[in-house]
Amino acid sequence: MSALTSLAQLQAADAGIAQPLATVRHCHVADAPLVLVPLKLAGEAAAPLAVMLGSAPDDASLLVVPQPRNRDLRFAFAADLAKLVLNHIETSRGAVEELPPGKEGEERIRYGNAPQFLVPNRGGVAFLRLLGRSTRFRSTEGPYAVDPAVPVLGRWLTWFAERYDHPGSSLLRAMTEVLRLHWATGQSSLEDGNLAALVGWIDPPDGLDGPAAAAQAEDPVVWPPAGPATDPTFDNEVLAPAIAAYDRSGGDPRTEERLRTAVASQLTPTWELMWRAVGLLRALPEGASVPGRWERDRDAFTYYHQTFGEAYPQARRDPPVRAARRLHDLERAQDAYDAQRAFDDPLVMAEYRLAGQAFGGTVTACEPERLDETGKRPKLRPRVRIATEDPVRLDVGTTVCNAARPALKGRIVELGGDGVLLELTGGMGRKLVPEPGTVPREGDRVVFTSLTEGSWGAAKFPDRENTPWTHGGPPEEYTPTDEDAEEEWS
Amino acid sequence: MTETAPDLARLRGGAPPRNHDARTIAALTANPGCARRGLMDAAGVDKDAVARTLGFPTPFGQSQFAITRGNAFEAQVKADGCAELLTLLRERLGLAVPEVAYDDLEVVAGNEGRELRHTRTRRLLARALESGEGTLFDHPLLRLEIAGQLAYLEPDVIAFQVAGRLHVIEIKSFAVVDGQAEPEQVAAAARQSAVYVLALRRLVAELGHDPSRVSHEVFLVCPENFSNRPTATPLDVRPQLAVLERQLARLTRIDRILEELPEDLTFEPGDALDASVRAVEARYAPECMGGCEMAFFCRDEARACGATGALGRSVRDDLGGVDTIGTALALADGSLSPSDDLAETAAQLRAAARLRAEALLAVRDGAA
Repeated sequence: MSALTSLAQLQAADAGIAQPLATVRHCHVADAPLVLVPLKLAGEAAAPLAVMLGSAPDDASLLVVPQPRNRDLRFAFAADLAKLVLNHIETSRGAVEELPPGKEGEERIRYGNAPQFLVPNRGGVAFLRLLGRSTRFRSTEGPYAVDPAVPVLGRWLTWFAERYDHPGSSLLRAMTEVLRLHWATGQSSLEDGNLAALVGWIDPPDGLDGPAAAAQAEDPVVWPPAGPATDPTFDNEVLAPAIAAYDRSGGDPRTEERLRTAVASQLTPTWELMWRAVGLLRALPEGASVPGRWERDRDAFTYYHQTFGEAYPQARRDPPVRAARRLHDLERAQDAYDAQRAFDDPLVMAEYRLAGQAFGGTVTACEPERLDETGKRPKLRPRVRIATEDPVRLDVGTTVCNAARPALKGRIVELGGDGVLLELTGGMGRKLVPEPGTVPREGDRVVFTSLTEGSWGAAKFPDRENTPWTHGGPPEEYTPTDEDAEEEWS
Repeated sequence: MTETAPDLARLRGGAPPRNHDARTIAALTANPGCARRGLMDAAGVDKDAVARTLGFPTPFGQSQFAITRGNAFEAQVKADGCAELLTLLRERLGLAVPEVAYDDLEVVAGNEGRELRHTRTRRLLARALESGEGTLFDHPLLRLEIAGQLAYLEPDVIAFQVAGRLHVIEIKSFAVVDGQAEPEQVAAAARQSAVYVLALRRLVAELGHDPSRVSHEVFLVCPENFSNRPTATPLDVRPQLAVLERQLARLTRIDRILEELPEDLTFEPGDALDASVRAVEARYAPECMGGCEMAFFCRDEARACGATGALGRSVRDDLGGVDTIGTALALADGSLSPSDDLAETAAQLRAAARLRAEALLAVRDGAA
């Protein structure tokens, strides 16, 4: 949270409608994302009650567990869900792209597309993670056998939940978070957690302003919670009697149908909101680095899909080397993601300008063909002076690059009242005169920043067998046990 | 303290004081700067009723599924004289629990009177501290002085004596999956347990023993993974204890808040209620929504006067000292010149406004 975001919130509160925090869309939105709206039974860790899912607004499937405490019904639900989810995964990977062979001549491919899951909020992500955890160790044979699709679903859900942690990944996204990345509302982050209120601020229905739409959204009768927790009043007054009636009738399809209707009434408003939100996102132009990040997502998806058959379910806890590598990957991804967003979007770059890590202004003087002749051979070192009002907090000697064209690099030579004097060092071609159009001219408006994309490279980590003693030494090889498969799910 | 008691009774309008429980006491620590809440809590005003009368009923409710699950889990852990609990303490935590005595203090000789129950709790704990007799004391009835007033606490916990020290055991029904639970729930449990530890310590001190014989380490008993099998986790509640003690000490200075208020102020339901509540300053923050019955009223009030705090603490902090949205925006567009102490905030706001406008304009021009 910065002063810039806070200001946008103030403006939103004043205007009665959400204000943009981004000028482009910073995430990928698939042509046919799989929208999932899960509900769980209150008081339980991961007892599914229902999920509404589908990849088009008019094509919703509703799965309901009529008695969420019944283990067999739960696994039947997991099997049904698995069929739909796995079918979506298989059908959305697109054609295979052949890539140039790797360093050791190995074949490399990438799927032309990848599945994208969208859930309403972080609670939805947490639920999918727990559902994955509770199903991935199940055995498909023996006394507690489940449908073969169940553990497969568990592993995929676990994998998606892990990708969610990866900054910039669009494979699994929580809608409230994505919207908050692009808009500031005149309410607090707590209230923004309510998808209906958030969408109400961004796109209020006719005749209402943001605050009025958000106020409506807080009435659980009009706008049931977006899950996975249900409205307690609904639980007590509708759901509990409906489940009791189902139990009493011994599983009569009519009582089950009534239960489904009741649950659907809680899910449908959120389902429609999710697609409205997808529409809002699609209306934004895509950021320049979004396709690149989606390509990384496709790489990750391709790798997991290709090696699925050889791997065990993900361990309950990462072994030390894997944990360290994962943390390192996440930090690198965060760094790159922050920088890419700033380069894609002047409104995000403005945050860095306010923080003093970037500055913008008009070029007041320029020596485009200046040469540095102190060395053996002359070097092209044009100088430009930029008048700026920004609070620059960079030191003389810092390397900076042009926000619009990061290849153009320079070094700060002088900082003073009449602006910043830059000596350009690269990105102007290979000759002693700059390529036309590379060096800014007098009167141009430019922004330079010390941000760099991918400022740190991949670190080396030891093999599993060489886990240092400080980290407990090499861990035991993980093999699934019967105990895992028998774990209670009550 | 006692001299404020008549004032506090007047604030309640003659209604009996609302009893505190660990949840409400723990919630006192959530927003220490709020005079309205401090005063209403100290007086034991029924805030829920006040909020309802004012037209802002609180939607706090609990699902019967959650209640059933919680009760079933607790009953299971405590079944057969806490058999499962003892197994856990011995095997999971490796505690040398020798012989076991289980005393349920919930009902004393068919009588549920608070005084009687509290007396029995005192007697049994006194004996335990002197002779080491007794192991598990279920449903102890404790007392804590809140703003000069004794509040009875009926914790759903067990006081557990081992090696001459008392521990609090709290049974909660949220799951611990692979050693991890939801942080908010653990934090809430830690805050509540801290209240019990403090009340137990006060009791131990009254009995003439060293209060540190009540351990700051409490045991949280939760279902493991997706099963009903319990697991126990030790939890250090020292930070929560420190916050709580500071907060309770502060509450006893309610008399100072009272001094500033009209002498006939009361929260009795009636036409004057709205004005009375507004006469006491609140310090609304979105976090209030999680635990204070007055939150919806205060939010409405904060929004109506354009308070920056309604947008969240981070916004208020970013605006360092600017209390209303109107002032902040006027400083940002330069239509208001700042006083000296706001000069820095104003400069930051103006820079932010200029940069935002420039970025949005550049995009609009680009699109045109």
